[in-house]
Amino acid sequence: MRPTDLSLAQARLALDARQISARELTQAYLDAIAALNPRLNAYITVTAEAALTAADAADQKLAAGQGGPLEGIPLGIKDLFCTAGTRTTAASRILGDFTPPYESTITRQLLRDGAVFLGKLNLDEFAMGSSNATSAFGPVENPWSRRNDPDTRLVPGGSSGGSAAAVAARLALGATATDTGGSIRQPAAFCGVAGIKPTYGRCSRFGVVAFASSLDQAGPIARDVMDCAVLLRSMSGFDPQDSTSVDMAVPDFAAAVGRGVRGMRIGIPREYRMAGMPAEIEALWQQGIAWLRDAGASIVDVSLPHTKYALPTYYIVAPAEASSNLARYDGVRFGARVPGADLTELYEKTRAAGFGAEVQRRIMIGTYVLSAGYYDAYYLKAQQVRTLIKRDFDLAWAQCDALLTPATPSAAFGLDEKQDDPVAMYLNDIFTVTANLAGLPGMAVPAGLDGQGLPLGLQIIGQPFDEEGVFAVAGAVERAAGFSARPGVIA
Amino acid sequence: MSVDIATIKRVATLSRIHVEPAALPGLAQDINAILGWIEQLSEVDTTGVEPMAGGGATALRWRDDVVSDGGQAEAVLANAPDREGEYFGVPKVVE
Repeated sequence: MRPTDLSLAQARLALDARQISARELTQAYLDAIAALNPRLNAYITVTAEAALTAADAADQKLAAGQGGPLEGIPLGIKDLFCTAGTRTTAASRILGDFTPPYESTITRQLLRDGAVFLGKLNLDEFAMGSSNATSAFGPVENPWSRRNDPDTRLVPGGSSGGSAAAVAARLALGATATDTGGSIRQPAAFCGVAGIKPTYGRCSRFGVVAFASSLDQAGPIARDVMDCAVLLRSMSGFDPQDSTSVDMAVPDFAAAVGRGVRGMRIGIPREYRMAGMPAEIEALWQQGIAWLRDAGASIVDVSLPHTKYALPTYYIVAPAEASSNLARYDGVRFGARVPGADLTELYEKTRAAGFGAEVQRRIMIGTYVLSAGYYDAYYLKAQQVRTLIKRDFDLAWAQCDALLTPATPSAAFGLDEKQDDPVAMYLNDIFTVTANLAGLPGMAVPAGLDGQGLPLGLQIIGQPFDEEGVFAVAGAVERAAGFSARPGVIA
Repeated sequence: MSVDIATIKRVATLSRIHVEPAALPGLAQDINAILGWIEQLSEVDTTGVEPMAGGGATALRWRDDVVSDGGQAEAVLANAPDREGEYFGVPKVVE
C-alpha cells in the first residue's frame, strides 16, 4: 500500500504506530502534487519546504507521544483562508501578492491540532462560481473523465474546485473549503468525494475572505464521511473574533458516523423533483431512499413549497452582500493598484483591472438591488422570501429528522460548457442553496456513477447544529453505496 | 424591470468599476437576463413577512466596548501598494 492510499483515519493509525513518518507521508503528497498539479491546476501555491519542516516537527511530537488529533496529516487549504506569511489570493488579480500578517481561526485550529499544510488550493474568484472557471489562476481540471469521451476535460465544480480535485486525485489527504450556495457540496459531488457545510455559526469566519457573510460557512472536503467528521471537529468551535460564531460545545462528530439510522425519520422533499431532472439523478435518489429504508429509517414525504424561489433569492442576497464586502478592494490598503489621476479614477481602474467578469457582474447586481428605488422591490423582497424558505424547513422538522436529496442536477460538465449563460451556471446550486439560506448543515456523499462513469452524489440536510444526525445518515448512505470507483487521474 | 445603458453606467459608477463604453450593451444584456430570472419572486406573497437578514441567530452577541488590539502599524501597512511613513499613499485629494 502506498502512503497516498491511506485515508485520514488510516493515516492517523499508521502515524501513531510509527509505521510511517509524517515526513514520508508529506513527501508522498508533495511528489503527487509535482506529478499531477501541472495538469490539474488544483494548487495555486505549493509550500513544499514549509510542509516538510512542519512534518519534521510533527514527527518529533509523535515520537514524544504528544501528537494532536491531526498530527502529521497533510492538508490543502482553499486559497480563501488567510495564512500568515503565505500569499492568499482568493483566485483574484486584485489581491496581488497579498500576504496576510495573521492566520484565519480555522487554519490556526488545524495547525494547533498538528496538521501539515501542503499549499493553497484553487477556487473560483472570490468563491463566485460553480465550475472553477472564474479563477484568475486558470481553471482546475476534474480528475474524472467520461468513459466514452475521455478527451473532454471536465470541470471539478466550484467554487471549492481545487479542494475537491486535490482530494479526489490524492494531492491532499483532506482540504478546507467554503460554501456560500453549494461551493463545498457541488464540487465534492462532481469529484466523487465527501464534503460538509456545517450549520451557520459552527465554524469561525474570521480570516476567511468574505463573499456573502450571512451565507458563508467553511467546512472540510475529504475522502470519506469519517475523514470529514475528524476534520470538522478541529475546524469547529466558538471564536470571539466572529460575531456570528456560536458558543456551543463541539461534539465528537466521528462517533456519529457509525451510529446508523434505525428509528430516524428521513424526509424526501417533493419539490426537489425538478422538471427535466436526468433519469439517472432520479434513480440514484430512489436508490438512496431504499438504502436508508433498508437500514431501518422511516421515509416521510415532506413539502418545502418555496424551494423554487431559493436560487433567485440567493442571487439577490449574495450579490448584495458581496457588493458591500468587496468594497474594501480599492487599491489603497493592500492588493494590486492601477494608478489614476485622482482617487476615484484609481478606484475605478484598480477594480476594473483587478476583478474578473463574473465578480464585476455580481458587484453591479448587488449595487443595483441595494440602490435607492430598488431596495424594497429586490433586496427586502428577497429577505422576506428567505424567511419563508427557512419557515418551510422549520415546519418540515416536525415530521422528520433529516432530509435526503440529490446533491447536484447533473454530473460534472465540460470546461467549455455553460460558460456563456450565467443563469444556466447558477442552476448547479439548485439543491444546495436552500441550506445556506436557512443556515442548515448539508453534506454531499458519493453514491454512484452515471452512464458515463462519472460520480454522482446524494445530499443530506440536517437540523441546525445537528451535524451528528447528518453524519449518521451520511455514514449509512456511504456504507450502503460502497462507492469505490476512482478517477482516471490519481496519484 | 429592464435596465438601460444609462442605469448600467450609473451602477458601474456606484460600484467604482470603470466599464469601457463598448462593454456596456453586453453587460446590460447579462444583467437583464439575471434580473428577468429573479423577477419570479414577485409571485410570492410576502405580506407581513419579517425580512431575514442574518444566517443564524437573530440577535448578535455583545462584547465590552474596549480596545482589544492595535499598535500594529507595520503589519497593517505591510501590504500597502504605496505608503508614506505610517500612512497609506494616495493621489492628492484636496486641491
